[in-house]
Amino acid sequence: MSRLTLSVNGKPQTVDVDPETPLLWVLRDTLMMTGTKFGCGVAACGACTVHLDGVPARACQTPVGDVGTAAITTIEGAAASVRTDKVAAAVQSAWQDSDVVQCGYCQSGQIMAAIGLLRETPKPTDADIDAALNGNLCRCATYVRIRAAVHLAATRLEA
Amino acid sequence: MTHQPTDTETLSATGLSRRGFLKGAATAGAAALTLGITARGVLAAAPAVRDAAFNPFVSIGSDGTVTVIAKHFEMGQGTTTGLTTLVAEELDADWAQMKSAFAPADNSRYANSLLGAQGTGGSTAIANSYLQYRQAGAAARDMLVRAAAARWKVRPEAITIRDGILTAGKKRGTFADFVKDAAALTPPQTPALKTPDQFRLIGVDHAAARKGHTGPGRKDGTGKTDGSARFAMDVHLPGMVYAVLVRPPQFGATLTGFDDSAAKALSGFVAAHALPNKAGVAVFARSTWQAFKARDAITAQWDLSKAEGRSSADITEALRQAAARAELPVQNGPRRADITAAVSGAARKIEAEFSVPFLAHAPMEPLNCVIEPTATGVRVHDGCQFPAITLPTVAAILGLKPEQVEITTLFAGGSFGRRATPTSDYHAEAAMAFALMGGKTPVKLVWSREDDIKGGYYRSAALHSASIGLTADGSIAGWDHRIATKSILKGSPFEAVMVHNGIDETSVEGVKGSLYTLPDMAIALTDFVTPVPVLWWRSVGHTHTAFVMESLIDMVAAATGKDPVETRLALLTPAAPTPQQARMAAVVRAARDLAGWGQPVAAGKARGFASHLSFNTYVAMVVDITVDGTKVHVDHVHAAVDCGVAVNPDVIRAQIEGGVGYALSAALRGEITLDKGQVAQSNFPDYEPLRLSEMPEISVRIVASAEAPSGIGEPGVPPVAPALANALFAATGKRVTTLPFSAAGFSFV
Repeated sequence: MSRLTLSVNGKPQTVDVDPETPLLWVLRDTLMMTGTKFGCGVAACGACTVHLDGVPARACQTPVGDVGTAAITTIEGAAASVRTDKVAAAVQSAWQDSDVVQCGYCQSGQIMAAIGLLRETPKPTDADIDAALNGNLCRCATYVRIRAAVHLAATRLEA
Repeated sequence: MTHQPTDTETLSATGLSRRGFLKGAATAGAAALTLGITARGVLAAAPAVRDAAFNPFVSIGSDGTVTVIAKHFEMGQGTTTGLTTLVAEELDADWAQMKSAFAPADNSRYANSLLGAQGTGGSTAIANSYLQYRQAGAAARDMLVRAAAARWKVRPEAITIRDGILTAGKKRGTFADFVKDAAALTPPQTPALKTPDQFRLIGVDHAAARKGHTGPGRKDGTGKTDGSARFAMDVHLPGMVYAVLVRPPQFGATLTGFDDSAAKALSGFVAAHALPNKAGVAVFARSTWQAFKARDAITAQWDLSKAEGRSSADITEALRQAAARAELPVQNGPRRADITAAVSGAARKIEAEFSVPFLAHAPMEPLNCVIEPTATGVRVHDGCQFPAITLPTVAAILGLKPEQVEITTLFAGGSFGRRATPTSDYHAEAAMAFALMGGKTPVKLVWSREDDIKGGYYRSAALHSASIGLTADGSIAGWDHRIATKSILKGSPFEAVMVHNGIDETSVEGVKGSLYTLPDMAIALTDFVTPVPVLWWRSVGHTHTAFVMESLIDMVAAATGKDPVETRLALLTPAAPTPQQARMAAVVRAARDLAGWGQPVAAGKARGFASHLSFNTYVAMVVDITVDGTKVHVDHVHAAVDCGVAVNPDVIRAQIEGGVGYALSAALRGEITLDKGQVAQSNFPDYEPLRLSEMPEISVRIVASAEAPSGIGEPGVPPVAPALANALFAATGKRVTTLPFSAAGFSFV
């Protein structure tokens, strides 16, 4: 067990855990931040997508001991920042206005992946969206609307 | 204007009567003004607001917020939105003032009238609630109007409601103004319902209204985009212990011993105990991750003498032999000899064997369930699909009376049928684990993804063999159809209802009951026996029967040189078509027209057609593909659907989109295979669902209908695989009769 201080959504959080523990389980079981989801545990579904220093990462394959001082942003952080973060706000509202969600379990990860994409590529093509979001599975297959919502968010950001 | 329900609205096909609603109203309506209804937690989201229960389904807060109590769980299919729409419609409420909460487990008030018990399945949520929830809204409206009439000293008829505002002349008021008075009134015995021309929400297409966001958009959209929606996986309770199971290596194996000495050295390890039913070892730890690590450190010994030890090739051969035995006559049994003779003597014959594999449901949220002790018993936290089975199952295992078990239903991260097992399997595991921890500690039982993929309760493997005789002029002289698959229902509580003369209806639905005019079709079934547990998987028997029937019809069209759509229409339009045939023919034409079927197709492209009735809903599809050698991309799916009154057109569209994607996952590459009894797949890398880049464009045409609403969660699935098979045939001349298509050498891009 190690005492680690993490930066989660802009706030320091001190945890006492085995540094091999995946960040996913520290977020969920230690910090009780449950917006980040467990789907596969092998980085094959993207439900656990968070940002490390603004870049999408799979929390289930990120040992918490490797995070260091990187800024961790979760869906809760993205949601809390919609007044100050135009990209997060555009993505979340595009998701809601497009009625993307069905069961919703994968959508935290989808949204974090989409925010990451739009930060790098403000006007993504379909191929850009494929490349950025193909790692995020949705068993409800809301993909048609995910694609439409990313385009909608990009359009609104451009306006 | 008000009216009594018409024949259409009484849902005669569904067995729902007005009495069903009023019976519910009598139990809780008499307790109007019961604050907070009866179940803890149901209205806990608004503790500052005093809620008045108008009936079991509608409660209105002192701030005017209307809470619809959803008797159906939400796995993404849109029930919380759909049930809320029904109440808001009759209440004339503003969509923004509506919210929903999940009902407690209570068969007396919240039974599914089509299933006879509280639970969600068979695409029945809207079908069985259409009148009930409208009546609940209409009853509350009537009480609000009477309360306003009394205070304003006007006749009730003088009051109108629009968007949650009551008006009479210059007098205006909100629900909040009258909720206390209204809830004290006696509920009406026969609340008057709107006529369809008065609908303001039912049938409104939110996609069209989306720009102004005025239509009935999804009620779960906010919580599911900001991380706040709670699933059972998200439940954390003080002192809670996490449990995972060491599971058998083969289906039917039983535990003989285990060694947890290595686990005892690991941090967070709490204990390991054999399950009382010898189905595995429960491993307890202080976190999910620690439980997984501890499980990895435990070795177990198993008795494999009764376990499934065959490989998939052996199972296919056993299914083949079973189908040939034709043990159970399903249709035209007494004429079988005549029909097979007619096939043998026919001018031309079509003979084909179809084979489909086991499939896992793989909902995104791995199965899990939390059980905590309460002062009087236990509380189960679950994305609970079938409370009527889960509650008595948990009670029996824990030696409690049913009334000592509460269920708190949370959002379910998908199900596709997996959460509704006749044995309530994972709840039973949680209850055993809770008991093993002494019954005083909250326990969360969690499945890993590997547990899910390897864990059984699959869509059964199935094999069909068909021989069709064609006359010289191309008409069908005889059709000998044999099916072998494992029964889902035999031995379950549903057997008495859905197994007739030894025939599990879910094994043959879709072949039996085909809408085509096929007087000379004989159908036989043989039950396949295996320890592999099987279960309904989104659209159940139709998952394989539609693939087989719609491939065969295409083969008939090809053999007779006719257009596949015209072949279908000819078989659907005899001299005197049934109402069902007429509805299907209309849907076939709608899909044909939507897609522009018959127009020239570019080189390298092809299209296929399929149509199928399931869950009383009619669906036809055209699938467009691009083929480059064995590389296939599914470009576009054009779907026409008749599901009766379209309560939420955009939710219907979403369910067709999702159904297509779910079906494509299985059709392209989905298969669970056994290697000497052991499941060969383990996680998404080798049981890989459809990904975003593989998703086709989808166009949906909803055929206008005044018929009672029918299912929509499942009917989008069945036509997909056969339409794709038919497109592949059109493109390559190769008839694929074994799923998935990857097994035939096709890869998808």
